[in-house]
Amino acid sequence: MSKPKMDHATASEAFNKDENYVDWHDETLWFVRQKRDKASKVLPEWEALREAGSQIKHYVLSHLDELLIQFEKNAQQNGVRVHWASDADEHNAIVLDLLRKHQITQMVKSKSMLTEECHMNEYLAANGIEVIDTDLGERIVQLREEPPSHIVLPAIHLKKKDIGDLFHTHLGTEAGATDPQYLTEAARQHLRDKFVTRRAALTGVNFAVAETGGFVVATNEGNADMGAHLADIHIACMGFEKIIPKQEHLGVFLRLLARSATGQPITTYSSHFKTPRPGQEMHMVILDNNRSVQLGRPDFRNSLKCIRCGACMNTCPVYRRSGGHSYHNAVAGPIGSILAPNLDMTKNADLPFASTLCGSCSNVCPVKIDIHDQLYKWRQVLAQQGHVPKAKQMGIKAMSVVLSQPRFYQWSGRIGRTLMRSVPFMVNNGLNPWFKQREMPEPPQESFRDWYVRNRQD
Amino acid sequence: MNAREKILERIKINKPEETSLPEVSTFPNEFANLQETFTEMLAAVYTEVVPVKNIGALLAQVTDRYQGVTNRATTIDALMPWADFSLTVNDPHELETLELAVLKAEFGVAENGAIWISDDHLSHRVLPFITQNLALVIPASSLVGNMHEAYQKLTDTSGWGCFIAGPSKTADIEQSLVIGAHGARSLVVYLLEDQ
Repeated sequence: MSKPKMDHATASEAFNKDENYVDWHDETLWFVRQKRDKASKVLPEWEALREAGSQIKHYVLSHLDELLIQFEKNAQQNGVRVHWASDADEHNAIVLDLLRKHQITQMVKSKSMLTEECHMNEYLAANGIEVIDTDLGERIVQLREEPPSHIVLPAIHLKKKDIGDLFHTHLGTEAGATDPQYLTEAARQHLRDKFVTRRAALTGVNFAVAETGGFVVATNEGNADMGAHLADIHIACMGFEKIIPKQEHLGVFLRLLARSATGQPITTYSSHFKTPRPGQEMHMVILDNNRSVQLGRPDFRNSLKCIRCGACMNTCPVYRRSGGHSYHNAVAGPIGSILAPNLDMTKNADLPFASTLCGSCSNVCPVKIDIHDQLYKWRQVLAQQGHVPKAKQMGIKAMSVVLSQPRFYQWSGRIGRTLMRSVPFMVNNGLNPWFKQREMPEPPQESFRDWYVRNRQD
Repeated sequence: MNAREKILERIKINKPEETSLPEVSTFPNEFANLQETFTEMLAAVYTEVVPVKNIGALLAQVTDRYQGVTNRATTIDALMPWADFSLTVNDPHELETLELAVLKAEFGVAENGAIWISDDHLSHRVLPFITQNLALVIPASSLVGNMHEAYQKLTDTSGWGCFIAGPSKTADIEQSLVIGAHGARSLVVYLLEDQ
C-alpha cells in the first residue's frame, strides 16, 4: 500500500500559509456549525432523537445480514435489480457493465461519496465513459480536477473568484464575474442540457429501508431527481451500512440529518424511490469494501453508524484550519479519520493524529458515535502495528519516560519554565512544532505542585 | 462463493452482539398552531403559503398571479381550462419547456414545511423538478406536526414520492444562498380551506 503524496501535517502547513484564507475557511465552517446549534435547540426532543438514532443504528449493526437480505427481497419485488460488490473494483465493474449493456457512454451523477471512495469516475473515464457530476459544488471541483473537500459542502475551500475564473474558462461566463446568482444560473443552464440528454443517472443513497425495499436520496438542488426521472437507467450505490429497519425510522433520521448538516429543518427534496417508473431500469449496488472488517473491530465498528451529515467536520478545530484535502481520503475530518485506517492503515496512519481529541465531534454527532475515543484508540493500534513514524515514536517514548517518573517530571517542568523565561528564542522558533501558527504562552512562575505544597504548609 | 454470499458471511461472523430497537423512536408534535409553523418554516425558504377558500378562489388566485405566463400546466381538474400545456406526453423530456406547474399534493408537515407528493398525483415524476416554477395545492386540514406523524400517514409510499420543502437551492458558492439550482425556481403553496 502506498503513502499519500503529502501527510496531513505537511498538507496543513501548506494550507496555513495564507492566514486570511485560513481565517475565512475557519469562520465559514464555524458559521455552519452555529446554524446546526440553532436548528437543534428548536426541538426539545433533540437529545432523545439522537439517542433513538444511535440505538436504531446499533440494532442495524447487530442485524445487518438479516436486514440486507430483507431489503434485497423487497427491492427485487419492487422491480429493482440488486448487485453486491465486495470491493471498489467489483463496484466499478458492475456500473461499467450496466452502461455497456445499454451502450451508454455518458452519465449524470448526483452526490455519492461512495463513488469517490471507489474512484469510480476515473475508472469509467479510462473505459470511455464520461461522468458529469451534477451537484453544483461537485461539478465545480470536477472541473478543477480535484476531489470534494467536504462530504456535504464539496467546494467549501473555494472563493467566489476561483469559481468565477473556473466558469469563465469552462462555461464561458464573463471574465471577472463573481456574483453567486449569476454563476449558479450559468451552471443551471449548462447542467440542464446534460440532464435532458443523458440516458443513465447514478445517485447515492442516504437511507435504504429493509421493510419496504425503498431508498431515500436527499438533495437541496433537485439534481438527483432531475437525473433519475429523465434517465432510462437509474443506478443507486450504497455502502451496506445505509440500511435502516423500518420506514417509520426515516422520521428520526430525516429530522436529524439536515439539522446536523447545515441547520436546515429538512433538505429541499427528500426523494423516496421504491419502483422504477414504467419502462425504466433501476439498479442498486451494495458495497462492502472492508466495512465488514470494521464491523468486526469492537472499538471501531460504531463508525459504521455514520449518516454522513458532516457536523463533525464543521465543528472540528483541526479540520477548519487544515481543509478537507489535507486528509487525502474521500471522507475527511474526524469521521474520515476513523474510517480511513480501516481502508488502508499505511496510507492513513497520520489521520487519527490530526485531532486535538477535544471531543466536539462526538458532542455534535447525531447518532452519538464516540469519534474522539476512536481517534485515540486508533493511535494505539497504529503505534503497536508499526505505522507511526520514528520521530513520533521516539517522542512518545520520551514523554512516557518523563511522565512515569514524578521527580524527573518536576525537574523537566522547572527547566522548561526557566528556559522559556530566560532564553525564549529556544522555544519561539520554527524548529518547535508548537510555535507554528501560535504564540507560546507566558510561562508561570511556579508549577501547580509547587503552589500546592507551599500553600498547604501555610 | 459469490460477492453476495461472501459479504453476508463476513457480516454474520463479525457483527456485534444483538441489541434491540429503542422503545421510543417517535415523538409527539410540539407545535401549537400547525398552519402558523408551516407558514413560518416555508417563509424562511422564500416560499409563500396562501390560504384559499375553495377551488374557485384558487382559480382566481392563479389566474391573477401568473398573468402573462405561458406553458402552464396543472393536475387539478377545475384548473384545466386555465392551463395551456398538456401533461399527457409519453416522454418526460417533452416537459422541458414547462414554465409553471400547479400540482395537487397530499399533505404538509409543520416542523419543516415539507409537502408530500407522489406517483399518486403525477403522470411524470420529473414534473415538480423540471418545471421552472411550481405551485403545490394541499388541503389546509392535511397538515401534520412532525415527521413521525408524517410517516404514520405514509404506511405505503407508492412507487415514488418526495417531500418538497421550498424551491431548488444551493449554497455551494461561498455559502451564499441562491434560489433556483436545478429544480423549480419558485414555490407557492396553496392551502384549500374547504376540504
